[in-house]
Amino acid sequence: MTAVDHDLAIIGAGPAGLTAGLYAARSRINTLLIERLSPGGQILNTDWVDNYPGFPEGVAGFELVDKMRAQVERFDLPIISSEVIQIVPGEGFFTILLPDRDLTARAVIIATGSVPRKLGVPGEEEYIGKGVSYCGTCDGPFFKEQTVAAVGGGDTACEEAVYLTRFARKVYLIHRRDQLRAQKIYQEKILANDRVEVVWDSVVERIEGGDKGVSGVGLKNVKTGKSSSLPVDGVFVWVGLTPTTKFCCDLVELNAQDFIVTDPEMATSRPGVFAAGDCRAKLLRQISTAVGDGATAAFAAERYLENLTHG
Amino acid sequence: MADQVMQITDDNFEGEVLKSETPALVDFWAAWCGPCRAIGPVVEELAGEYAGKVKVGKLNVDENPKTPGQYGIRAIPTLIVFKAGEVAEQITGAVSKDHLKAALDKAL
Repeated sequence: MTAVDHDLAIIGAGPAGLTAGLYAARSRINTLLIERLSPGGQILNTDWVDNYPGFPEGVAGFELVDKMRAQVERFDLPIISSEVIQIVPGEGFFTILLPDRDLTARAVIIATGSVPRKLGVPGEEEYIGKGVSYCGTCDGPFFKEQTVAAVGGGDTACEEAVYLTRFARKVYLIHRRDQLRAQKIYQEKILANDRVEVVWDSVVERIEGGDKGVSGVGLKNVKTGKSSSLPVDGVFVWVGLTPTTKFCCDLVELNAQDFIVTDPEMATSRPGVFAAGDCRAKLLRQISTAVGDGATAAFAAERYLENLTHG
Repeated sequence: MADQVMQITDDNFEGEVLKSETPALVDFWAAWCGPCRAIGPVVEELAGEYAGKVKVGKLNVDENPKTPGQYGIRAIPTLIVFKAGEVAEQITGAVSKDHLKAALDKAL
């Protein structure tokens, strides 16, 4: 067989990648974990995690990341900090193109996760960092005693809207339907919080502002068709996720929303390439489901590697 | 490498950053910000790699509210490349090391 740098390369060190790395390292597979920034992924945007088992009081997002990282370090998993530009398939191996060099591996697990989806309305790009935000824990404290809009109706939007009331005087939750999609526990918190006002059946048409940043949002009621303007100091957007899969769009099959299609064993359309976590097409994107994906992907990759050797 | 990152405050900002002879990169951060923790090690690496060419500093926005206010910063991490006292590039959010290197190389 061709000489390769590693048997397995895992791309992305969020919960899915770290778990895959943990399992691979414990199976003594020659593995490399490649992360663009530092380990953590979307958990780093999360102030507090109450739905990951084993932490009866809940756990801070960054603390959970630190624990996951410490656990893989205990089993000597090498982690490098680099972006991956492309994965090129070869005969029984893959070449992973980094900005400054190439690496080879016999199998790959893609665990690149996703990033918050943008609204795609005028003013959004212009005011990022000047009132438009996708991270409540990062930017909420800049809006002390101010008025903000939170856009969305799912778990993240509802949880974060409540979180923002620690700082903001008033939070308008702007939702395009007449009921929330979030789990009941989040809905209850929203409806019980007198600093949150839900603006039902409404979409954001544009974000307004000036030299000092955001000054308001232009809304449209989808039932009446009426447009209105709501003065706010900030806009927090939580309308879903965009998967980080552009770099592998020629390698594996993606669904219409660009999530990677896999079978129940995390195998993609390309033999030897597996996917795990938020970048994968699936029903529920949570830390708990990412961790399960990661374990399965590592196990499936191990079996693939065994067949490659003995097959 | 961490000791090459300068602690920038509201008090030393003008002298160390605006009047810096070399371009300066300032990482506006806070302890409560997860993505700031993700980009922190990258900033430290850059301080080592660009030693002598670019001054690299971190400013804690909790302890130093005046400077971020002056630049209208309402999101962190925000990274600003200063050249001759002016903003050469302002980057919001955790971006890759290559993205930051490109911004620094442009200012050199």
